[in-house]
Amino acid sequence: MERYSAFSLLKHALGGHRHWQQAWRSPELKPQYDVVIIGGGGHGLATAYYLAKVHGISNVAVLEKGWLGGGNTGRNTAVSRSNYFYPESTRFYEHSLKRYETLGRELNFNIMLSQIGIINLACSRHELEIFRRWATAIQVQGVDSEVLSREQIAAMVPLLNMSAGARYPVHGGFIQRRGGISRHDAVAWGYARAASNLGVDIIQNCEVTGIEVSDGRVRGVKTSLGTVRTDKLGMAVAGHSTVVAALAGVKLPIVSQTLQAMVSEPVKPCLDHVVMSPMVHCYISQSDRGEIVIGGGADTHPSYGQRGSLQSTEAVLNAAVELYPMLSRMKLMRQWGGIVDIAPDASPIVSKTPVTGFYISTGWGTGGYKAIPAGGETLAHTIAHDAPHPLVEPFSLDRFARGRLIDEGAAAGVAH
Amino acid sequence: MKRGPQRLPHARVDTGQPLTFRFEGETYRGYSGDTLASALLANGVSIVGRSFKLHRPRGVFAAGREDANALVQLEHGAWSEPNARATLTPLYEGLVAKGQNAWPSPAWDLLAALGLLKKVLPAGFYYKTFIWPNWKYWEGLVRRLAGLGEAPTAADPQYYLKQTLHAEVVVVGAGRSGLEAALAAAQDPDCRVLLLDEQEEPGGSLLASPDPADRAWLASRLERIARCPNLTLMPRTSVNAYHDHNLLAALQRIGTALGPQADPVAPREISWRIFAGRVVLATGALERPLVFPHNDRPGIMLAGAVREYSHRYGLTLGERIVFFCNNDSAWHTALELAEHGLRVAVIVDVRPRVAPELLRRATVAGIVDRLGYSVVHTRGRRGLRQLVIRRLTEGGDGLQGPRETLDCDLLAMSGGWSPTLHLYSQSGGQLKWREEDSCFVPGTASQAVTAVGRANGDFPQPLHTQAYWLTSGVSADCQWVDFQYDVTAADIQLAARENYVSVEHVKRYTTNGMAIDQGKTSNVNGLGILALATGRSIPEVGTTRFRPPWHPATIGAWAGIELGTLYQPFQRLPAHVCQVALGAQMADMGGWQRPEYYPRAGESEAQAIAREVLAVRNAVGLLDYSPLGKLEVHGPDAREFLNRVYVNNLTNLKPGAARYGLMLNERGIVVDDGVVVCLAEDHFLLHTTSGGASAVHRALEEWLQCEWLALRVLVTDVTTQWATLMLSGPRARAVLAQLPGDIDPSRDAFAHMQFRSGSLCGVPVRILRASFTGEVSFEISVPAACGQSLWEALMTAGAPQDITPFGIEALMVLRTEKGYLHVGSDTDGNTMPQDLGWSHAIGKKPGDFIGRRSLTLEVGQDPQRLQFTGIALLDETSTTVSGAHVLAGDGGGSAGYVTSVCFSPTLGRTVALGIVAGARARLGETVAVYYEGKTQPARLVTPCQLDPEGARLQADGAVPVTGASRTATPQLGALPPVLTARSPVAGDSGIARSAFRLREEAGLELIRLQVFHRSEGQVQALATHLNTALPGPGIAHRQGSRRWLWCAPGDWLVAVSAGAGATELAALRADTGELLALATEVTDSRVTLRLGGARVRDVLARGTTLDLHPRQFGNQQCAVTRFAGVPVLLLAEADEVLLIACRSLAAYLLEWFGAASRDC
Amino acid sequence: MMRIECPWCGSRSEDEFVCGGQSHIARPDPSVASDDEWAAYLYQRDNPKGLHHERWLHRFGCGQWFNVVRDTVSHELLAVYPMTAPKPELPDTSGGEA
Repeated sequence: MERYSAFSLLKHALGGHRHWQQAWRSPELKPQYDVVIIGGGGHGLATAYYLAKVHGISNVAVLEKGWLGGGNTGRNTAVSRSNYFYPESTRFYEHSLKRYETLGRELNFNIMLSQIGIINLACSRHELEIFRRWATAIQVQGVDSEVLSREQIAAMVPLLNMSAGARYPVHGGFIQRRGGISRHDAVAWGYARAASNLGVDIIQNCEVTGIEVSDGRVRGVKTSLGTVRTDKLGMAVAGHSTVVAALAGVKLPIVSQTLQAMVSEPVKPCLDHVVMSPMVHCYISQSDRGEIVIGGGADTHPSYGQRGSLQSTEAVLNAAVELYPMLSRMKLMRQWGGIVDIAPDASPIVSKTPVTGFYISTGWGTGGYKAIPAGGETLAHTIAHDAPHPLVEPFSLDRFARGRLIDEGAAAGVAH
Repeated sequence: MKRGPQRLPHARVDTGQPLTFRFEGETYRGYSGDTLASALLANGVSIVGRSFKLHRPRGVFAAGREDANALVQLEHGAWSEPNARATLTPLYEGLVAKGQNAWPSPAWDLLAALGLLKKVLPAGFYYKTFIWPNWKYWEGLVRRLAGLGEAPTAADPQYYLKQTLHAEVVVVGAGRSGLEAALAAAQDPDCRVLLLDEQEEPGGSLLASPDPADRAWLASRLERIARCPNLTLMPRTSVNAYHDHNLLAALQRIGTALGPQADPVAPREISWRIFAGRVVLATGALERPLVFPHNDRPGIMLAGAVREYSHRYGLTLGERIVFFCNNDSAWHTALELAEHGLRVAVIVDVRPRVAPELLRRATVAGIVDRLGYSVVHTRGRRGLRQLVIRRLTEGGDGLQGPRETLDCDLLAMSGGWSPTLHLYSQSGGQLKWREEDSCFVPGTASQAVTAVGRANGDFPQPLHTQAYWLTSGVSADCQWVDFQYDVTAADIQLAARENYVSVEHVKRYTTNGMAIDQGKTSNVNGLGILALATGRSIPEVGTTRFRPPWHPATIGAWAGIELGTLYQPFQRLPAHVCQVALGAQMADMGGWQRPEYYPRAGESEAQAIAREVLAVRNAVGLLDYSPLGKLEVHGPDAREFLNRVYVNNLTNLKPGAARYGLMLNERGIVVDDGVVVCLAEDHFLLHTTSGGASAVHRALEEWLQCEWLALRVLVTDVTTQWATLMLSGPRARAVLAQLPGDIDPSRDAFAHMQFRSGSLCGVPVRILRASFTGEVSFEISVPAACGQSLWEALMTAGAPQDITPFGIEALMVLRTEKGYLHVGSDTDGNTMPQDLGWSHAIGKKPGDFIGRRSLTLEVGQDPQRLQFTGIALLDETSTTVSGAHVLAGDGGGSAGYVTSVCFSPTLGRTVALGIVAGARARLGETVAVYYEGKTQPARLVTPCQLDPEGARLQADGAVPVTGASRTATPQLGALPPVLTARSPVAGDSGIARSAFRLREEAGLELIRLQVFHRSEGQVQALATHLNTALPGPGIAHRQGSRRWLWCAPGDWLVAVSAGAGATELAALRADTGELLALATEVTDSRVTLRLGGARVRDVLARGTTLDLHPRQFGNQQCAVTRFAGVPVLLLAEADEVLLIACRSLAAYLLEWFGAASRDC
Repeated sequence: MMRIECPWCGSRSEDEFVCGGQSHIARPDPSVASDDEWAAYLYQRDNPKGLHHERWLHRFGCGQWFNVVRDTVSHELLAVYPMTAPKPELPDTSGGEA
């Protein structure tokens, strides 16, 4: 693989950029692979990369229905953080954030991680108490997080609505300074380039139409490009997990919903942090390109439509202007939707299944992007060893029958 | 290029109305009817701004929404708007604008030096570098260079409205086809037709036609429209999004001036939600630029734009105009310009052959033609000076022959036309590629939508377009595709070379089409170049999906007026006026505005709370407790139902008795608690946590309607029907005894956990003796309207006893001292009843209850579950906070956390509660409490820190816990013999605007009639009993003096005239026989607003999505609907509308109407 | 914003309703259900790509629950029926995997 650098850029400039190598190969689908991964998004590509890199398994195919990185990887608001309440979650996401911190260099692809800090706003006395509980839980686990006073927030986020007239006045909040945003496409492309270079076959426009199972074991996969033999099959198809798992006869406790995000026109830098507010429900940051990136809650009915509804757009932008009154005269440039898989406890499922050789990574809900490196690494491990990676043992499929839910919302006193 | 303000004769600008404006500090003159773009052009301003990446000079390039070049920072300060389009900004007197992304100015921009680096900044260069040592060292610089305009830094001085429209047919675009389609649809008088157009005036491309016949045609159609009652033309309205179920989101510009001179009364824009039966898209087509070397120079424009600036704005943009095209439309434009005296020198056409007729006419017009040629270079520093052209090889894929230089000061180009199908694509419609016109046209629709005219690919004259995606045979480096983001043909070829061959990859890798115009002029050219680079056809390449909005839309317009106090509905306490008068510190709690504490002069928050706590402990306190949830359950199966709902066994709860109950969800998680009162064998009163009533009510209804359909039970939320005041403290009895009533509050007559109903000061009262403070407490409920009067009476009666109003904060201290659980604070989303010490009770409970089975899952058996406990800091002088954690013994992380903390003025130390791993088995153990780096030792203790044996609940009279200072006894003031009912909007005169009026309707009294367990059978029985037809939804049914308003199956509001309420209630009770139905007086718990004025339905349409057209919602029609986020009942009365809502929402609704009717 | 035909109030827009998720879920007898059966009842959902039988509450209207058959891809409503009515059989128009 030709290394990217300022030097290579100069060198190619002299050649009119006519000699750049392909970022990844486009090979023919082979009839047999040691491991087949369904889903060419961040998770699928990362899984393939770590299978080859860490476990030396490079006879791997990644099957992508459309274009790689075209699912939620290319549709999310690119936030990375590890400020979770429960140790199981924090351990996992902290591992992921650490990977992100070095990912650009590891993949030799600039993913533009900018650790501008994630601020959660508390808009009532009660919420501030919950946030203290939350921030302290993170500290106790040795991960950075700081409680912020109303005054500190006012100083850090000068454009925030601090007026007494605010419906939910800011009482304080907490920040994870290492949290931040990065370039989502770059993560998919970087993993694809590195995985392809290690021998992984990335097959785009290849839809899985069936999964061959006999005697409770995976035998192969039927695709729009033909049948492939394999006895190890990984699934990372955010949005369509229940549909694909059903092909193997596996039922999942997952509901698919539409989550939308939107961006404003690009403006010069004005927002220096990611700001989230559970009460005034939205989260806001500014991309390196200058667009204000805004997200909110998912539509509340099951959906496979990759488009947001008007009432959620209105709700999210309403909240955005309530938080940042200066956004009012700016213009919304683009709005889109992605399909998220939500588990009953809104936590992921990275697990073996009742079908031997069938491994799943799903339930990432609205937080899959930040989990890509750790998600790929742990699924790769689970596949390679046919045993869960320690980080994902708590996130097994059988936790529900034991009532062992990992419900981050629960820590906030939310019963659901 | 010489310019003057003079305009061609047929221009549509009013030269009688000159306007002055400022751009980049210079003062210029334009005319009414100009856009900022046409005015800048008229004044010879060729460079307006700079491009995003390389800071290349950018001038006006198009005339409409497709122009992504002429972006300005409009106005300044709070009025400032970044990235405003000069082509879409109608000129107004005093307009101020400056160019963007340039320093010091667009004309002389030092950052243009970046152009020198172009070679090393190809597509995606940033993915390949800035990796070492770390991106963060480079980011600051890159970030500062990115972005275009400057974001405002202050709140928007203007406001926006959101409004709903319903129409059978919606036509988008008022050009020729749109006008025809709309008029045709309007033939049917019952068909509501909306015609939306985004330009300053209707007419579409007709506005750019110099042909008198076209203008006459337009005038006649507009006349006919004006005469058409069922056809509404909405100009200045762009449809931005096409959603499911034929819902369109449109934005209408109201005012023109956008600076400080803007109209302060009118909204800046109105955001329309339009529910359409059928949609007709007459959105026209967008002209494409041609891709050739240096095609981005100011002075190079779209041919259609040149046409529009010449004829609509009357500008002479060039003395020597050259056309460059691949289709016939440009020839027609050129000939038209020539006819009107503009100097068209040459037409360069990539096609080797064109229709002889065109050639002939061109020759006659003195236009030289160059067929089978391409422009290969352009020259000119500040504007266009020269072109270099060269002959194309036969296949058009190369160049041959000598270079020829043409002098010219304006190049009008046309690369073909793309039907505007953004909305069609958003609607889910498929697009198909039409080779002969090289453009996408509508394929299969997935909603009720059709495209007509150019949008459907039906061009007035055949285009004979020859695909020409870029100029081969010369470097692709300076052949620009996306003018704003500086994307070249070479960038797209590079992406393909690097295997970014999916159209989405190319878009994201090169940023082609991601600029503010979202690819309106660059997408199709990009596709063509990609197709060539990858040897695929355009259909094989496919297209990116069109996303809303069609055009960047003001964010504030999506927010509307729901900001500040109106961001969410708020509810007010019955005695709100008194709280404010007492100077209460109010806060939002579950949507209610409630007093936190009542600071006195010079008192800190802590001092105020401590004073209030001691007052309750030593004397008596008064709390407005009205948000306390109150549900009534009626019916023969009520007890059975409650036994399934509560963890407790309620089988032996006797009438008049009360019991604390715990409620789980089906997962076994504690979701609510409260006191259950048995009023009668088949009648119970449930108390829920404050603000929890509606959630609990919803859950209970779901069980009854979806699971337990056989149970004969009726659940009613009466929370806001009653004002509930909590009188608490050793002297509570003494105070209550002062008020005339038939309930004996004495200890022996009224024991703890008992309930009484009767009358107090002449009004019905319900009194519960329960305690959340540990003191003798009476929770006194009277009809909501009498709440304020009761507060005043109790304050008066309590004066001799030093009665003190106390807030939620003091209540929390009192209950924390007592270790009383507060669900939501001391429980989290995992708490099960066994964590609260309920295992024994559960063991004794026979039968099933919601969530019981879940308790037996593995997780429920875990000895390390977090359990409710008291936490006593060993150092009594220290304190901690709610949110501090209890550390696991092995130092391995958290073992639970502190959930409630307060300084107890009674005990003189901090008192804390929490949930801690296995706490119930670890009482007395020492644990470490951690917060913000500080660890301190504490002991796990029983939650109750004060009066564990509960002696104070039996107390009679004062039992001071500390030397309470007793001030001199004031004299008992005069008590009202009868409590007076007060309106929730007392003292508010309503709203009286020229076109909208609002006042409280006092002429109605309301009775709610509900049949027990709402079965059809019961409704029938009732109908027979009353021998009248009971009305269903929709129509207010008059029956004698009564007006029946349907609210839900078996649930009506019966409206009667003022004063008749009591007798009608008695009559109804007699008529219905109390076995069949429940009749209650609810006038007091509702507020009725009478709305009128010419624009009443407009204002209503800003609060509800209901179709309010008189045909759908005429006289005497009623509907229960969502209004401004709250449930209301609307009743049309001739040209007025009555709105009936919960009284606690009255203040919110008044404020909302005030804001929503500002422009009326 | 979908238009939903409330069996009582007629056509109203989505913001008046609450989606209660999959309908026709039988509550197992707690005294005999195994942990797996109980967990399936609590958490397992069909989540089809295509026709979905679900229940909705007209929260801001008549307060009644009712059943809906909805296409989870196009969001088109194909049937509305009361809680007491049986599941109507309908052809899957979404083409499932389409």
